[in-house]
Amino acid sequence: MSQRVLMKGNEALAEAAVRAGCRHFFGYPITPQTELAAYMAKRLPKIGGCFLQAESEIAAINMVLGASAAGARVMTSSSSPGISLKTEGISYIAGSDLPALIINIQRGGPGLGGIQPSQADYWQATKAPGHGDLHILVFAPNSVQEMVDTVASAFALADEYRMPAMILADGMLGQMMEPVVLPEEGNVTLPEKPWATNGHAGEVRNIANSLYIEAAELERLVKARFERYAEIEEKHSRHETYGLEDAEIVVTAYGATARVAKAAVRDARAKGIKAGLLRPVTLWPFPKKAFEDAAKSAKAFLCVEMSMGQMVDDVRLAVQCKRPVEFYGRTGGIIPTPAEVLAEIEKLAGGAE
Amino acid sequence: MSVKDTNVFERGSDVADRENAERDLPVTVRRDVNTVLAGFGGQGILFMGKVIAYAGLLDGREVSWLPSYGPEMRGGTANCSVCISDAQIGCPLVTAPDALIVMNQPSFEKFVPTVKPGGVIVVESSIITAKVECNNVAVHYVPATTLAEQHGLKGLANIILMGKLLAAAGFCSVETMTETIKKIVPARKAHLIPKNIEAIELGMKA
Repeated sequence: MSQRVLMKGNEALAEAAVRAGCRHFFGYPITPQTELAAYMAKRLPKIGGCFLQAESEIAAINMVLGASAAGARVMTSSSSPGISLKTEGISYIAGSDLPALIINIQRGGPGLGGIQPSQADYWQATKAPGHGDLHILVFAPNSVQEMVDTVASAFALADEYRMPAMILADGMLGQMMEPVVLPEEGNVTLPEKPWATNGHAGEVRNIANSLYIEAAELERLVKARFERYAEIEEKHSRHETYGLEDAEIVVTAYGATARVAKAAVRDARAKGIKAGLLRPVTLWPFPKKAFEDAAKSAKAFLCVEMSMGQMVDDVRLAVQCKRPVEFYGRTGGIIPTPAEVLAEIEKLAGGAE
Repeated sequence: MSVKDTNVFERGSDVADRENAERDLPVTVRRDVNTVLAGFGGQGILFMGKVIAYAGLLDGREVSWLPSYGPEMRGGTANCSVCISDAQIGCPLVTAPDALIVMNQPSFEKFVPTVKPGGVIVVESSIITAKVECNNVAVHYVPATTLAEQHGLKGLANIILMGKLLAAAGFCSVETMTETIKKIVPARKAHLIPKNIEAIELGMKA
């Protein structure tokens, strides 16, 4: 087993991608994500890969589309405003049934916003990562180790279902260093991609395309895609629980905020409040069933985010109004503190008695 | 798929202390420490944080290192949060530190009031003339820049201050710190290893 090393989140994501067999990176620099691209710029040329800094995010995502169509394991990374520019390309990639990995190290918005950590792109990632009827896989790791562990499975699921996958992190996870155990370096066998447009060596000439003039044909394709989405929702939602068994107050948060929430839950328990944490690990598919189950015994839910309240919509839908769902958030780059979250838990506990 | 935490509510610092007692480790050496390091960009604030985090890594503990980033680093203030614990690190952003090193006046004003009661503050007193006014924290004034110059350790004021914090907060053993310096100083600067170790010893005695 590899040894524990101290690594910055952004650099660990890059090395994990390399070890997952990714040899193609197209991007454009933006804080707080830049170390990821910088790492790839140093690393990929040494191992026969291709790092290319494009003239814009739009160009970069279309290079991703091209490389993916040719069968390459390919990725890009950016931060919030840059992801907005990539959404057109993400829609085209989804519409062309191509796999790709997109990393969003979120910062405050809207507009150029700020450069401090944020989770205000939840709606964008899970509801409208581009125009049209589509979903992408969205993973929300909460530590440098989990970011590393997510990379290979995000690539694999994207390949399996021929769709884009996103790792939705934030400036705190990207910038921080933590001990991490990297996967072993070695030859990665990529899955066969018989659909790749790599020079029509075979009988069939493959085409990567998202334009369908015939309405009936487009409807048939979109419906077939949604059947795959249904299978993913059935099989691939992930979540983590902490002290949920006897919890009366279920705190829910994803990514870095889940760590703050967990610290607050620990403090609440020390004060005798029966609190627990339900952390969605995948945001699409959203772990609806875990929330349904938790709603059976919990008295109330508290959703904590670095936004004005976005995931809370999905929590309310999953809980189906059976229990009150309260919200606490900080935005614009402010990270909520465990003390603030604890105060909200105490408010709810007081009200529940 | 559901991943369950097996250590729920059992990994508090008291548990860590108990485990350490069983392992014959001095309890104080394995304390949880949440540290803030702050000063001007260029004083080696982030490097000092890396050294502390790396020491925690060598001890096989959980650590996190979170820098301030962005425009404030260009000529302005730089700060970072470092957590060392035997339990999983909750929030890597330290808002109520139990150990603080401050190397300039703006950081002194910003962070001194945030230190927890019972905490430790190390002040670079050749740069900061102000005194800490609250009496529920242990304050150590170390004229690190002056000391560094007197002892031929120019540029190692940060390491001197960290030595003082090591003595005062005991975030790792001296052996671990020596090992850390040997590993973290890059090979092309290996000649600086003895100087760094000297700076730590100087700080511990200051």
